[in-house]
Amino acid sequence: MALDSDTQKFKYIGTRPDRPDGLDKVTGRARFGADFSMPGMLHGAILRSPHAHAKILKIDATKALALNGVKAVVTRADFPTGLTGEDWNIQENVMAGEKALYDGHAVAAVAATSQLIARDALKLIEVEYEVLRHVTDVDEAMADDAPVIREGAADYSVPEGMHPNIVRYMESGRGDLEAGFAAADLVLEQSYKTEAAHQGYIEPHACVGQLGADGKGELWCCTQGHWFVRQMCTAVLGLEATQLRVTPSEIGGGFGGKTTVFIDPVALALSRKANRPVKIVMSRSEVLRASGPTSSASMDIKMGMTRDGKITAASGTFRMQGGAFPGAPVDVTTMLAFANYDIADVHHIGFDVMTNRPKQAAYRAPGAPMGAFAVESMLDELCRQLRLDPIDTRLKNAVKEGTRATFGPKFPPVGLIETLEAAKAHPQYNTPLGPNQGRGVASGYWMNWGGETSASVAIGEDGTVQVSIGTPDIGGSRASMALMAAEAFGVPYDNVRVNIADTGTLGINEPTHGSRATFASGLATVEAAKEAIGKLCKRAADKWGIDAEAVTWEDGFAKPSGPNAGEFPPLSIAEIAAEMGSTGGPISGHFESSPDGFGGSFGTHIVDLEVDPETGRSTILRYLVVQDAGKAIHPAYVEGQFQGGAVQGIGWALNEEYIYGADGRLQNPIFLDYRVPVASDLPMIDTIIVEVPNPGHPYGVRGVGETGITPPLPAVANAVRDAIGVRMTQLPLTPPRVLAAIKGRG
Amino acid sequence: MRYHTPSSFEDATAIAARATGTTRYLAGGTDVLVQLRSDVVTPDDLIDVKHIPGVKDITQTEDGGWRIGVAVAGAEMTEHGGLGRDWPGIVEGMDLIGSTQVQGRATLTGNLCNGSPAADGVPALIAANATVTVSGPDGVRDVAVEAIPAGPGKTILARGEMVTAVNIPARGQNGGDAYLRFIPRTEMDIAVVGCAVNLTVEGDQITSARVVLGAVAPTIRAVEDAARAIIGTTLDDAALDALDAAASAACAPIDDKRGTIEFRTEVAGVLAKRAAKIAYARARGEAK
Amino acid sequence: MSKIHVTTTVNGDEVEYLCDPRETLLDCLRDRVGLTGAKEGCGTGDCGACSVTLDGRLVCSCLVLGAEAEGKEVTTIEGMATGDTLHPLQRKFIEHAALQCGICTPGILVAAKALLEKNPDPTETEMRYWLAGNLCRCTGYDKIIRAVMDAAQEMREAS
Repeated sequence: MALDSDTQKFKYIGTRPDRPDGLDKVTGRARFGADFSMPGMLHGAILRSPHAHAKILKIDATKALALNGVKAVVTRADFPTGLTGEDWNIQENVMAGEKALYDGHAVAAVAATSQLIARDALKLIEVEYEVLRHVTDVDEAMADDAPVIREGAADYSVPEGMHPNIVRYMESGRGDLEAGFAAADLVLEQSYKTEAAHQGYIEPHACVGQLGADGKGELWCCTQGHWFVRQMCTAVLGLEATQLRVTPSEIGGGFGGKTTVFIDPVALALSRKANRPVKIVMSRSEVLRASGPTSSASMDIKMGMTRDGKITAASGTFRMQGGAFPGAPVDVTTMLAFANYDIADVHHIGFDVMTNRPKQAAYRAPGAPMGAFAVESMLDELCRQLRLDPIDTRLKNAVKEGTRATFGPKFPPVGLIETLEAAKAHPQYNTPLGPNQGRGVASGYWMNWGGETSASVAIGEDGTVQVSIGTPDIGGSRASMALMAAEAFGVPYDNVRVNIADTGTLGINEPTHGSRATFASGLATVEAAKEAIGKLCKRAADKWGIDAEAVTWEDGFAKPSGPNAGEFPPLSIAEIAAEMGSTGGPISGHFESSPDGFGGSFGTHIVDLEVDPETGRSTILRYLVVQDAGKAIHPAYVEGQFQGGAVQGIGWALNEEYIYGADGRLQNPIFLDYRVPVASDLPMIDTIIVEVPNPGHPYGVRGVGETGITPPLPAVANAVRDAIGVRMTQLPLTPPRVLAAIKGRG
Repeated sequence: MRYHTPSSFEDATAIAARATGTTRYLAGGTDVLVQLRSDVVTPDDLIDVKHIPGVKDITQTEDGGWRIGVAVAGAEMTEHGGLGRDWPGIVEGMDLIGSTQVQGRATLTGNLCNGSPAADGVPALIAANATVTVSGPDGVRDVAVEAIPAGPGKTILARGEMVTAVNIPARGQNGGDAYLRFIPRTEMDIAVVGCAVNLTVEGDQITSARVVLGAVAPTIRAVEDAARAIIGTTLDDAALDALDAAASAACAPIDDKRGTIEFRTEVAGVLAKRAAKIAYARARGEAK
Repeated sequence: MSKIHVTTTVNGDEVEYLCDPRETLLDCLRDRVGLTGAKEGCGTGDCGACSVTLDGRLVCSCLVLGAEAEGKEVTTIEGMATGDTLHPLQRKFIEHAALQCGICTPGILVAAKALLEKNPDPTETEMRYWLAGNLCRCTGYDKIIRAVMDAAQEMREAS
């Protein structure tokens, strides 16, 4: 996949056209998950455990079934047995088996002729619980006397004698830590904690499912990945994969939280029992209680640095809980914790721990923000104590092409240094600060992903182009695909229509996650376009009576490749298309693969903030995101990813957290108390797009969606440190915590 | 749920008096609908008060006071002009509730009768010595706003009683009020601490004062000691320190997801000082 | 439980529906009138995705009962464009990439329109506080504010 990046000139890529779905989305026409209905549809509602940990002794739905309008009730008994591994985990999370494992865990569901009747019916289902001791804190869950979530869930990696709640253990590293720390002039050790956050997508999960007794089904749902949905639903329900067709709606935010299933198998199970389609829409409190928030983390970091700013050694222990199931992304946390820096002696230990909390799901660079908070805070403290500039120190240690990463392989071309230099040169870095104001800097990384991809292009009878991809459009990626197709075919952007195909139309596609859509679906679109272009050229060659190799494609036209090929006027795509039926049939191109060659994206953020010394409240004054996009296909949407990720990180740093009571119940399952940033909390977010092309993509693209959430947690913490003179090691930096720190500093 | 649209207070209270289950009045609905949707309270009888004549009026009384109808929305109070000139603290307290959208519906009466210790609309009313007119089976009476809340989520109103108007005294000369609250974000939060100060001055001396704290006790209450700390002073540093201490001392807050006891106690003093300064400046005509 | 018959005006058209007393105006718009532009993001008046105007006043339709719309005038996102001519705010949102997933967009457009009708020249701060009740999780609000400012300017110049 050679890329001549310096001289590549683009006609469409890099421009800022209107997105193809813009009209639908500004007029209210676009259909999101809850905007769809089927004839004969029933409404489903889910009964959820009010206990954090309890044996389910008995479920009696007699009274509910007797209510007028109720057509079906399902419990775990309506799901197949015998699943193992992650299939079992998902099934257990979707519908509780022997135990309710967290506050909000689904224990039964009802389908009725109206939403109100379904909700009323829930109150008539009688469940007998035996309440058990619960644990929600990660460190407490590892202690000897911690209540056991589940026996036998640990894998081979966990050493003998550890508590059954510890389900995975990992250790990695290289070099000689002792020697490395000995070579340092300053060694610091510190513990850090982050609390769970929720992706906070404004659209609650919603679906309409229809499943017949014949095992054939249809599902409409808002999702980041409908093939994943198909795989999970068919596994959980005991169906054959291709007998379920899943169609994705427009999606009102996902950020990783919609890469798995919560309600879809339930809707299908109810539909099978009631013999009618069933619609389920989660309420906001259901979303917060019972979808997939992040892990929470408890971390110990040790780092050594020489007087002139060279990191000599680093080690970290990372304990993360992912709810009542294995899966906390601690493997990623350990992998990326020190990834920004060239460190010879480095060591990571990770624990994946279960607690009585909902099953965690991905949230934008899952696992990375927690490690970044700890490591970038520690680095800031080292710089502070050694009186070194934070950006210069990062430059001194930054990885680049050829550096052996702390997680093993050598880096291909990457742009950390470029982002640091751009940040340093930005006027914000030298803007004077007033009283009670502070500045924080941090860098972050996400390695991105390729993954299974299938795409098709087809030429319309009028020469316009139809692109079918399988990655739902979360943030405007249709526009980027259309730009890439336009560029590949050399046709105007408006002549390309991008469709997100259902599972029955294309081969497998991994979700829109891992910042892979623009990279992988884009690459697939370009490769599929090349295949179609080959066929278009062949049609022209046949018409001219020359060899196909003698025809080139340029700006939407087939042309003889040189004077030796012959004198023929160029044939436009429209002209070829008009005749395709009689020249060989429909013209299309396909691409199926799991592309490697995805490139990671580094970012550096600077935040200036002010802390009210009498209340501990922080106000963001200025914020800068600098990040490497490789090649920004549609710069406005790249900027949008930078800004969105930064603001989510600001929320997580300042006010967002899962608050569990002593009873193990979630105390803040509504937006009133789960405090995401509002418009008045923020200034404009300045952005700089750095482009260090990724040689693994025909146009140099790197995914950009996720990196943006990793620097804000430490950047904000570093700014607060700068403003109040106290290092905060626990997030979020709520006013009560900050005020206590201010008052405690003496 | 039975939905009623009575066209007089008599009809409304009659419905409430004979109702046997859970009854709620519906003005703006910004509390009632939230409680309904989340299955916290499903009324058996929901009495919509918006069809009763006069409930959307803001009128100035003969003595210069104000009478606010029970269905006047917060946005309407803010837009009124005259009310805000006299009692900016009352208007700004109400204005802080929720979003612009919530302001389009939420009412002062509803905010009071929902009984939250953190209600933003209430402290300034108490500081102003406002009353409400209560109508019920036993007739009509005026009750001090301070007497209405009976505990978190509760009022002293008996079955069949309802508030029919909010009565605010005349501002008079040389007076000023202010309301401040602490929230972690800039908007959209419930008050972690609220403080209203209403005072009058003669020259630069404070001649009367009321200091009212919200969200730091089971009910919103006036703090006598805090008022005494500033009466007779020019709100100098010594007076402000005494005010701070008295306000903090009066707190009996809880630790909850919105704030700790320590934090609320500390910030109550901070807000009392800040609110007093604004009220003082307004009383002296130096600010609006 | 018998249903309530409601006659109301939505985007200038007379509309009738039957609703359970517990149903909100949002439920009725979406499930009875067939207008799914207003979205339920929270059901508690905290996100603004259900924003409509009621007799000219910006409100959360999840905080109004369907029954309360009797005799009133409701406008929704579907009434914002005039035929196929987009309102300047709608155009500017597309132009400025002020939407990513688009779920908050109808509510923000309705809210922004209400702002500019009341105050044609708001400052950035006034705009942010007016829109504080409209949550957006994708954009960080930056491009939304720029789009509204640009639309406000265009509308001022046109009048």
